[in-house]
Amino acid sequence: MAGVSTKEIKNRIRSMESTRQITKAMEMVAASKLRRAQAQVLNSRPYFETLYGAINDIVDSNRDFSSPYLVSRPVKKVLYIVIAGDRGLAGGYNSNVLKLAYGELEGKDALVLPIGKKAVEFFRSRRIPALTENYAEAADIAIGDCFTISKQISKAFLAGEFDEIRVAYTNFVSVLSQTPASLRLLPLIRTKTGREGRLQSDIQYEPSSEEVFDAIIPEYLGGILYGALCESRASEQAARRSAMDSATQNADDMIADLSLKFNRARQAAITQEITEIVAGS
Amino acid sequence: MTEFPLKIVTPDGLRFDGPAEELIVRSSTGDVAILARHVNYVTSLGMGQAVIVSKGQRRTAACIGGMLSVVDGHATLLPSTFEWSDQIDVERADASYRRADAVLHDKNASETDLKLAEARLRRALIRKSVASSK
Repeated sequence: MAGVSTKEIKNRIRSMESTRQITKAMEMVAASKLRRAQAQVLNSRPYFETLYGAINDIVDSNRDFSSPYLVSRPVKKVLYIVIAGDRGLAGGYNSNVLKLAYGELEGKDALVLPIGKKAVEFFRSRRIPALTENYAEAADIAIGDCFTISKQISKAFLAGEFDEIRVAYTNFVSVLSQTPASLRLLPLIRTKTGREGRLQSDIQYEPSSEEVFDAIIPEYLGGILYGALCESRASEQAARRSAMDSATQNADDMIADLSLKFNRARQAAITQEITEIVAGS
Repeated sequence: MTEFPLKIVTPDGLRFDGPAEELIVRSSTGDVAILARHVNYVTSLGMGQAVIVSKGQRRTAACIGGMLSVVDGHATLLPSTFEWSDQIDVERADASYRRADAVLHDKNASETDLKLAEARLRRALIRKSVASSK
């Protein structure tokens, strides 16, 4: 005999079914949120691409102006902006980006600016000092907050509080693939592959290239941050959707397996009963 | 009038993409107008009203922060906020104006609060003036 009573199996099936219901519901919620987040990513991408291109054009075409944002100092103190999610149950989403950031900043004199509840908790438990923990809700952060952060960090960078500012986030490659990445925000480094020949006199800056540059940098950082945030949010939903999808599938498999066991046990019980009746007559 | 390609891109998406005849924006040093065949030009934007003349039609918008670049005849406007005058939420601007005003009159407000309130007040005023001037 199967050894497990039919009642026990039935209970397990029932509990599996309710778990499956939850994972299925979470998957559907994540799927609808993902659609919105995906639209946001697609909407915002042209802005960052154009902004990024414009900044690079200025940096590459100017040989004779210097900006404090372009100066790389010996790196003593690093600021890490780490974007993770607010909730778990999203597969490896949170742990991947947190592991990447932690691996990079370990051993350095680093400060973090965690965004998202999971990031705040992670760095708090590892006793890494945070610049601010005001951004614990990644889902609530609007573009205005990104500009506030960028103004704050660019001011701190100019004041020499940090020698390097990096951001760790998750790149939304596709619905099925998200990769954690880390990016240097400041200082800006001239790209060596910049187009040659475009002379400074080619573009007219008003009031001056330096002033334009220094005015745009905080905007640029805010833009990049917002972009990283959009990518991360879309990644979180995509990761949750696929995690919940596989959880639902696992539940389905287990239910099928248990139903088979249940039927076998039931059949065995009936057979035994008949044998007993036959033997008794 | 001669047209030139204009693109207006904000973090929330593309706001305008097509030929325009004239573009007037408030730069950090004052209003500038861009016409076709403008020299290559880059400036940072201030806070103010933007006017776009396209196909003989004049449209106004609230345009705050960011940059304007003209490269090889292509104009690109990259504002951090850009709202067409008919899409401005006047009630929200009004509410924001009142909130900021209250902070500015509060004698116990901190320096940063005052600065934030001042910026909010200016944004609200621009939105209101653009919305009422259409």
